[in-house]
Amino acid sequence: MQLVLEKRAERSNTIALVSPLIAIGLTLVTMSILFAILGKNPVSALAAYFIAPLTDSYSLQEIAVKATPLVMIAIGLSLCYLANAWNIGAEGQFLIGAVAGSWLAVKTQGTGAGPWVLPVMLLLGAAAGALYALIPALCKVKFGASEILTSLMLVYVADLFLDYLVRGPWRDPAGFNFPTTAEFDPVATVPILIEGGRLHLGAIIALVVVAAGAVLLGKTIKGFEIRVVGAAPRAARFGGFNSNQLVLLTFAISGALAGMAGIIEVAGPVGHLQPGISPGYGFTAIIVAFLGRLNPVGILIAGLFLALTFIGGEQAQIAMKIPLDVTKVFQGILLFYVLACDSLILYRFRLIFASRQVA
Amino acid sequence: MLDSTPAALHTGATPLLQTIGLTKRYGDFLANENLDIEIWPQQIHALLGENGAGKSTLVKTVYGLIQPSDGEMRWLGEKMVLSGPSEARARGIGMVFQHFSLFDNLTVAENVALGLAGKESFKDMSARLEQVSNVYGLPLDPRREVWQLSVGERQRIEIVRALMQNPKFLILDEPTAVLTPQEADQLFVVLERLKAEGRAILYISHKLEEVKRLCDTATILRGGKKVSTCNPRAETAASLARMMVGADIKQVKAPASRQTTVPRLVVNDLGLEPDDPHGVRLEHISFELKGGEILGIAGVAGNGQDELFAALSGERLAKDPGTVVIEGIAAGHLSITKRRKLGAAFVPEERLGHGTAPRMKLSENALLTGHAASGMVQHGFVNTAATLKTVDRATEAFDVRKAKRDPEAASLSGGNLQKFIVGREILRNPAVLVVSQPTWGVDAGAAAVIRQALLDLAAAGAAVLVTSQDLDELAEIADRIAVMFHGHLSEPLKTADASREKLGLLMGGSSLEPTEAAHAVGA
Ligand SMILES: Nc1ncnc2c1ncn2[C@@H]1O[C@H](COP(=O)(O)OP(=O)(O)OP(=O)(O)O)[C@@H](O)[C@H]1O
Ligand SMILES: [Mg+2]
Repeated sequence: MQLVLEKRAERSNTIALVSPLIAIGLTLVTMSILFAILGKNPVSALAAYFIAPLTDSYSLQEIAVKATPLVMIAIGLSLCYLANAWNIGAEGQFLIGAVAGSWLAVKTQGTGAGPWVLPVMLLLGAAAGALYALIPALCKVKFGASEILTSLMLVYVADLFLDYLVRGPWRDPAGFNFPTTAEFDPVATVPILIEGGRLHLGAIIALVVVAAGAVLLGKTIKGFEIRVVGAAPRAARFGGFNSNQLVLLTFAISGALAGMAGIIEVAGPVGHLQPGISPGYGFTAIIVAFLGRLNPVGILIAGLFLALTFIGGEQAQIAMKIPLDVTKVFQGILLFYVLACDSLILYRFRLIFASRQVA
Repeated sequence: MLDSTPAALHTGATPLLQTIGLTKRYGDFLANENLDIEIWPQQIHALLGENGAGKSTLVKTVYGLIQPSDGEMRWLGEKMVLSGPSEARARGIGMVFQHFSLFDNLTVAENVALGLAGKESFKDMSARLEQVSNVYGLPLDPRREVWQLSVGERQRIEIVRALMQNPKFLILDEPTAVLTPQEADQLFVVLERLKAEGRAILYISHKLEEVKRLCDTATILRGGKKVSTCNPRAETAASLARMMVGADIKQVKAPASRQTTVPRLVVNDLGLEPDDPHGVRLEHISFELKGGEILGIAGVAGNGQDELFAALSGERLAKDPGTVVIEGIAAGHLSITKRRKLGAAFVPEERLGHGTAPRMKLSENALLTGHAASGMVQHGFVNTAATLKTVDRATEAFDVRKAKRDPEAASLSGGNLQKFIVGREILRNPAVLVVSQPTWGVDAGAAAVIRQALLDLAAAGAAVLVTSQDLDELAEIADRIAVMFHGHLSEPLKTADASREKLGLLMGGSSLEPTEAAHAVGA
């Protein structure tokens, strides 16, 4: 008896929709087993993860706050992935965007600069993220270097660069030697949407990005080019679309979105530049992109779901002393199942019994 | 070993395979409707029908690739339900597909091993492969990589792979569409032999003469329904065609007078290095094509036709702009989009993956080549109504049969997709049309429509370059014929002077007369 993967004659559209749900289901089962091994009651652990955060307004706002960078980054990544360009380094682009925007905030600190500061910060963040993403893209186009490796390696460069800045030149002199800049001025801070709450303007920007992504992919010729290059490279060349150009374009867009998400995070929820501004948004966004089927609306939903796991993880830690790292395990398992279930769209499993007559 | 021939296993009064009321629905569309068909051992059974008649659908059902919506199949009199091809193979059903499924960078043996689910070691399998291929006169070197092989050799791999399972029933979906006449003759010898061994063969083809020569029975489908089962030897090609189409096939007729005008496509001493190790180098290719003219390029596949197409289309750029001149403008350095804007249009040989993106809708595939010039894009936004209109116009002009208004390209039958692609380009009213294998796998009726469209386009003043392996096709439509061999193009001959013997010599690499070849290059 053997198990084989067999190509389907017809692509299954039902499975294309159901596959993320199957993946989530399998992840929950696996997590229950894991919780049981940790000696926790799986039912109450899962409830702490997925139900509790939905029951109060603070947590709901917090979910939106966490979903904001995830969705923004994932929209950009989805463009790359659709075009067969593998940007794994959104985390680095996020950090560089945060650094570039913070530069203006630090420079204008206490100078009484006007309300132009925040918009320019956002633009700086986006520009820096785009330029940083263009490094691996150019290496791929010019030298054929694997963008997977180069973009990933640049994450660590960005991380250490940020670390250096907040420990050295940009450290807050009044900060008791903590590695952080001074708290940004109000003109350099993303406005809050609900008085006394945490929800900020970034959430609106993320929604605009989702809408823009949907229009780009669904209605414009550039979006079409991106989709064809990934789906049928030879046909794309026949159509006159230049895949190298699209690698550069999609990397630049995704870098810009990640960079802008970075500066929004720093100028919003965090309020100053410090190490550890990201719990791995750039990596989690990869999961969001695939869980959302590389579709803008899907990504919005998936982003909210993964934000829920962050908040749920915190609550489970507080309520049940489940280690925070379990959240990362959860996200990893989820990505694994999402990709595995995706192969079911084009393939199916079959058991073969050794009944074949041998010639 | 293959000594236990299926005939020994089965002779009797029940058919090997029987379908009863077999039906396949795609939405509201009936691709197969109520088919009753019997397959008997020791017979070559032809399956005939227009493009989209449902032939591939039927054999995919029998091979377990798709599930019937209704009706049943019986194998040796017993009800058979297949949930996948491996079950069909286990029963002794083998299949050679319309489109090959081979990996270019793997060896012959590796490709075969991938297709066989078994416990056999790779070494035993390779030995058996060599043996089977020798026994049937289908020589294959298991260690060669697929990219080095000709189309005919690639098909041999598929056939040998199927034979290694010792099938009782072998299905071949348009096996000769891509073969040269010699290769096809070799294939027929093999099929006769398989038949003599008692196996049943289901044979799909659009070439009716070939069917008359080879097949014992023919089942004719039209619009998914069975029209009749008959003895093809007792029919004429015309009567078979009439049953397929339900009407007489129109003869292609060249317009009474066609005037050649200005040169619209000129190629001057074009040379091109191959871009991959599998390619052919183009050397000193020169020709001139005037408006109103059709130039045919004959030759065995793999002699540089693909490279020439890429150089003309701009998928590969020439160093010297003057080597390709479109409408009087040096275009060797221009992209395919710019060449389209100059009025050129292109139809590549490979329909799925090159001419179209298989998983995209027809409207999107209309956009693929129409975005530059036809008002389909305004300010960067796609005008969906315009792309759909192109689909509708191509559908109407070329009678493209499909299940709904705007399906995915891959869901069209091979011939219908070809009609769509040709229609998409011709509707742009090109000044220059470069087309490769315009009627591969296209049924006789549709082939006539496509050839007529090429003639009409030329009559309207366009320059048309047709690459084809089908000499009859070239004789029917081309004004002049040149032959491609090892990256060189012969001096074009007037079609009236281009006898099969002359073309055959050129296709084999000999020159007609030393003097003629000598001045051919400078022309
Ligand atoms: N997956 C699918 N979804 C919708 N319609 C389909 C699908 N597959 C096939 N069809 C439709 O079923 C019809 C029959 O297709 P089929 O491939 O069987 O034709 P065929 O007789 O093999 O034609 P050809 O000679 O061109 O290869 C076509 O009209 C095709 O558009
Ligand atoms: Mg077919």
